[in-house]
Amino acid sequence: MLETLQNLGLGFSVALAPGVLWYGFIGCLVGTLVGVLPGVGPLAGISLLLPATYGLDATRALVMLAGIYYGAMYGGSTTSILMRIPGEAASVMTCIDGYAMARKGRAGPALTIAAVGSYVAGTVSVVALMFLAPPLAAFALRFGPPEYFSLLLLGLLVLAYMNTGSMLKGLAMAALGLLLGMIGIDQMSGYFRFAYGVTELADGIGVVPVAVGLFGLAEILLTAGQENPPAVIRPRLRDLLPSRQEWREAHMPIWRGTGIGFLIGIIPGSAHVISTFVSYAIERKISKHPEEFGKGAVAGVAGPESANNAATSGAFVPMLALGVPGVPVAALLLAAMMVHGVTPGPLLIQQDPRLFWGFIASMYVGNVILLILNLPLVGLFVNLLRVPYPVLYPIVLVCSILGVYAVNSSAVDVWIMLAMGVVGYLLRKLDFETAPIVLGLVLAPMMELSLRQSLAMSAGNYTIFVTRPISAALLAIGLVLVILALRPLISRTLDWRARLPADT
Amino acid sequence: MTVDRIAGVALVLFGLLTMWESRAFPLGSLHRPGPAYMPVLLAVLLVLFGVAVAAMGGRARRPAEVGWPEWRHAVAIFAACAFAAGGLERLGYRITMALVVAFLLLVVERKGWALSLALTLVMAWGSFFVFDTLLRVPLPRGPFGI
Repeated sequence: MLETLQNLGLGFSVALAPGVLWYGFIGCLVGTLVGVLPGVGPLAGISLLLPATYGLDATRALVMLAGIYYGAMYGGSTTSILMRIPGEAASVMTCIDGYAMARKGRAGPALTIAAVGSYVAGTVSVVALMFLAPPLAAFALRFGPPEYFSLLLLGLLVLAYMNTGSMLKGLAMAALGLLLGMIGIDQMSGYFRFAYGVTELADGIGVVPVAVGLFGLAEILLTAGQENPPAVIRPRLRDLLPSRQEWREAHMPIWRGTGIGFLIGIIPGSAHVISTFVSYAIERKISKHPEEFGKGAVAGVAGPESANNAATSGAFVPMLALGVPGVPVAALLLAAMMVHGVTPGPLLIQQDPRLFWGFIASMYVGNVILLILNLPLVGLFVNLLRVPYPVLYPIVLVCSILGVYAVNSSAVDVWIMLAMGVVGYLLRKLDFETAPIVLGLVLAPMMELSLRQSLAMSAGNYTIFVTRPISAALLAIGLVLVILALRPLISRTLDWRARLPADT
Repeated sequence: MTVDRIAGVALVLFGLLTMWESRAFPLGSLHRPGPAYMPVLLAVLLVLFGVAVAAMGGRARRPAEVGWPEWRHAVAIFAACAFAAGGLERLGYRITMALVVAFLLLVVERKGWALSLALTLVMAWGSFFVFDTLLRVPLPRGPFGI
C-alpha cells in the first residue's frame, strides 16, 4: 500500500510536469471533440495524432493518446443527450433516457450527471487499475509461450463470445484478422509471406490503416448521403445543476455502473458497449419505477455513462499488465508504445516505472480536466454539431488519409485503408462486426510465435498446453465459453417445436 | 439466397484461395510447423466457419432487404480515396487533398462555391501547415515543391 502511494507520488511528479500536463490536456480536448462528432471514434482520433507524437517521448505520447480515448467517452454523452445521436458506440444507451430528459427540459442536469458519473467512474476505476495491474503483471512473469498462446486464444474466444451478433461470425472475423496478420516476413524462418512484390509489407500490415479503414472509412461510406440530421436541443447553461432529487436518483447507479464497467472492461471485446447495456439492464431491473426508463429516468443516464468510462480503465489492465490488447484502441496504444521503443508486457512496470505511474497519475489529472472542460464548453460543442454531415465528412476523410499516410510515409498504407474500408462496409452490410479483425491482426504474430516456441519446447508434443496448469486453466475457460455459445443451438435441435416452422 | 449464405460462400472462397497461395512456403510437420502451417490452419478454420455460417444462415435477411440508399455516395468517396492514394506522392499532399475536398463538396454534395473553396484551402493548406510545418510530420510535396 505504502509502496503504491510512493509510486503514485512519482507518477504525479511526472504527470503534473508542465510538458506532460499540456499534452494530457490536448489529448482530453481532442478526445472530447472526437466523442462529440458522430462517425469519428477514438480510433480515428488516435490514428490521426499518432504521427504527431513521433517527436515526443513515450510518456507524453501515451498520456496524450490515452486522453483521447477516455475523453471520447465523456464527449459521446453530449450528442446522445442533445441530439439522440450517439457520438460513439458506447453512448447508445444514453440516447434513450438522456434525450428523453432533454425533451423534458432537463438537458442541463442530464449533461451534469453524465459528466459527474464519468468523473467518479474514471477516478475510482483508475484506483482499481493501480492496485490490480502490478500484481497481475508479477503473476504474468510466470507465463511462458504455452501460457501466452492459451491466453491469446482465450482472448479471441471471449471477444467472439461477447460479439453482439453470433459467436460463429465473431470467430470467422477473428480468423480473418489472424490471416491478415500472417502477411509479411515470418519471424522464425524469414520467408516473405503473401507480399506479391510489395516490399512495404515486410513488417506486415499496420494496425492503423486497418483500424481507420474498418471503423473510420467504412462509417463514412455507410452514413454519407443520409440526409436530415435531427434537431439539437440547446440547453440553458444556468440550468446545469441537477435537483436534489435527481442527485439522489443518480447516486447509486453511478457506483454500480463503475463496478460493472471496470469488471467488463478487463474482459476483451467491445467492452464499453456491452458494459453500458449491462448497466442499463440492471438499473432497470432493480428500479422501483422501471416504467420511467425510456421516459427520462436519471438512472438510465447515470449508470451507462459511468460504466463506459470505468470500462476504459478496465481495458488498460490487460494492456499494461500483460501487453495484450483487449480492445482495438489498446492495440493502437501498444503500437504507439513500440514506436517509442517501449516494450509492452509484464516487465513494463518494473523497467519503466516513470512511464507506468506517470500514465496512471495522468488519468487522475485527465478526469479532472475533463470535468472542468466539459460543462462550460457544452455551448461550443453544440455549435460544432450544427455543421452538416456533407461538410463534415470530407474533413474527417482528409484527416483519416493524413493520419494513415503519416505513420510510415507510405501510400501503400492508404491503399490498405481503402481496401479495408470497402471490406468493412460490405461486412457491416452483411451483419458482421469488424472489431475481431483488428484484434486478430495484432495478436497474430504473438500467437504464431508462441505456438511454434511452445512446440519447440515440448519437441512437438501438443499436450504441453494442457499439462501446464495456468495454460490448462485458460483453455478450460475458453472451452466453457464455446459450450455456452453452442447451448442454444443444441437445445434448439432437441426442441421439437423448432422443427415445425421450417423455412417458411 | 440470404446475406449469411453470401458471406459464408465468400469466407470459404477466401479460405481456399489462401490455401492455394500458401503452396509457396514449406508447411513443416505437425510437430515442427513451418511458415505455411499457421496460414493453412487458419484458412481451414475460415472454410469451416464459412460453411457453418452459410448452413445456419437460411433465415437471415435477403440482400434486397439490406438497403443500399447510399451507394452513389459510397462509390464517389471510394473514387476520391483511390485518387488520393495514387496522387499523394505524385501530385503532393496539398494539390491532392485540395482536389479531393473540392470534388466531394462541389460535385458530390453540390455545396456553394464560397464554402467549398474556403474549406478546400483550409483543409489542404491548413492541415499541411499544422502537421508538416508545426508538428514536423513529413508530408509529400509535388511538382514545384507545392
